[in-house]
Amino acid sequence: MGKARKGDWVQIFKIVLKPEERAPGLPPETASVPLTMKVKGFLVEESAEIGDQVSIQTMTGREVEGKLIGINPAYAIDYGRPQQELLKIGLETKKLIREEVDEK
Amino acid sequence: MKNNPDLSYQGVMDRKNRIMMQAVGIDYDQFEQEGIAFDYEQMMNKAGYSLEEVRKIQEETNVGKTPLLELHNLTKLVRLHADPGKGARIFVKDEACNPSGSFKARRASLSCYQAQKQGYKGVISATSGNYGAAVASQSAIRALNCIVVQELFDSQDLSQPEIMEKGRACEAYGAEVVQLSVGPELFYKFLLLLEETGYFNASLYTPFGIAGIETLGFELAEQVRQTTGKDPAAVLITHAGGGNVTGTARGLQKAGCNDTEIVGISVDLSGLHMASDHDFNRKSFTTGHTGFGVPFATWPDRADVPRNAARPLRYLDRYYTVTQGEVFYVTELLAQLEGLERGPAGNTSLAGAFSVAKEMDRDDILVVQETEYTGAGKHPSPQLTFARNMGITVRRGHPEENIPGQNIVIPESSDQLSVKSVDLDNLRKSYLKKAALEKGEGALSSLELEYLAAELKTSLEWIEKNYKEAIK
Repeated sequence: MGKARKGDWVQIFKIVLKPEERAPGLPPETASVPLTMKVKGFLVEESAEIGDQVSIQTMTGREVEGKLIGINPAYAIDYGRPQQELLKIGLETKKLIREEVDEK
Repeated sequence: MKNNPDLSYQGVMDRKNRIMMQAVGIDYDQFEQEGIAFDYEQMMNKAGYSLEEVRKIQEETNVGKTPLLELHNLTKLVRLHADPGKGARIFVKDEACNPSGSFKARRASLSCYQAQKQGYKGVISATSGNYGAAVASQSAIRALNCIVVQELFDSQDLSQPEIMEKGRACEAYGAEVVQLSVGPELFYKFLLLLEETGYFNASLYTPFGIAGIETLGFELAEQVRQTTGKDPAAVLITHAGGGNVTGTARGLQKAGCNDTEIVGISVDLSGLHMASDHDFNRKSFTTGHTGFGVPFATWPDRADVPRNAARPLRYLDRYYTVTQGEVFYVTELLAQLEGLERGPAGNTSLAGAFSVAKEMDRDDILVVQETEYTGAGKHPSPQLTFARNMGITVRRGHPEENIPGQNIVIPESSDQLSVKSVDLDNLRKSYLKKAALEKGEGALSSLELEYLAAELKTSLEWIEKNYKEAIK
């Protein structure tokens, strides 16, 4: 478990609405779970560990409280895996266009 | 009121109008006429800006003047499958060249200008799409604070890579990103943030959000005339909340393109519930789909402002859907035949272009009016990798085998690309039902009749006949 220090860039988690506080008319799978929120900002406390209740100062200067869930969290995006179903589309269509040019 | 405001869902929703009034600085009541009618054009003229003013404002922050590119190889491919004499020339407006990488910079530019002019310290936007990065980028140029509220993850903490990338982009431009789990109460959190910060609501649906797109239609008309000496016969527009259709069509009208057909295209996500925690991650498109396209066409005033400036049924001549698999397919074509890595979501109307161009004459001009940037997460391979992980079948086959939420069918050949027509009269009837509910008892006044005819781009007779049906 890492430890965050004051001023570190961290992410917190918070329940915004409990299931019983949510809007009327939601599908059951949505109505049965809370509406939750994640926000990032600079840690206000001197130090904290994952799972602690902390405060952060966000990029706009707002102070928000919540459970610490990430310390300098990584961006979890990449280019995934090449898709077999897409790999030949270029080949197939270029062939059609080349044939058209050759015929002329 | 500042002391102990009611923070419950209902409590906040009950003061929605007051919060919004402070957050957009427009008194919408002045545009109300009688009953269900309001003066749309007066709202656009009075609260918005003239085209010349918009061009000047957009110049300040490097928005617009994007290139119009002719897609020679795609046109060739279309003509291979078209009847003799058919197969229009296909052009695309490369909107990815805007700061922040999409046409949304046009919408954000005016909101941020307006916010600065009125002395707001910051702007807030509720969006999981490209609009977030656009507001973040435009507000950065004007040294305003920015908060973007995103619907991002489901109750299993799984997030679509496309939305994660958009959040990263907002942070890159210095914005605070508030990320929420699935649910329409995003609007509740949005209202709370407006109340807490006193920031400007950079809504997609104010007159500013729409007037900013008019330059797209206007530029496009100028460029097509310059390149080809004629007007575009059809402009294809990805349709979601209605702003893209409305703004582009208004710009084309202002350029005098009176015969240009306005064609809306959405990705078919029928059967998926937009508020469902389960369905949320079983779609590969977060915008440009029927989940927004249909409800926003049939009742625009469901938006986050009292009167929505995006009113697509006033402008649409035709409306089609395409499948997710077809959009991924044309995204490959654009990269591999035209050397343009763009989209995928922004290529929705390009997917429709193929079969629409096939039916048009060879010397006609068809314009696809946008592209968007591509990045990690926002690209066919991560989106399909994620779809597979969510149990979606990805395979090649005929687009007709498409079942949203269950499979993504990549066409086997280019001649399988097609569009499905959405009957605009059905959408008009659905609109009238909601109008009848809003109106309640009593007959329509002549002003209301005229209003509805303009709203639905149809005749007074059609309204009279179908309103009777709608009341039933």
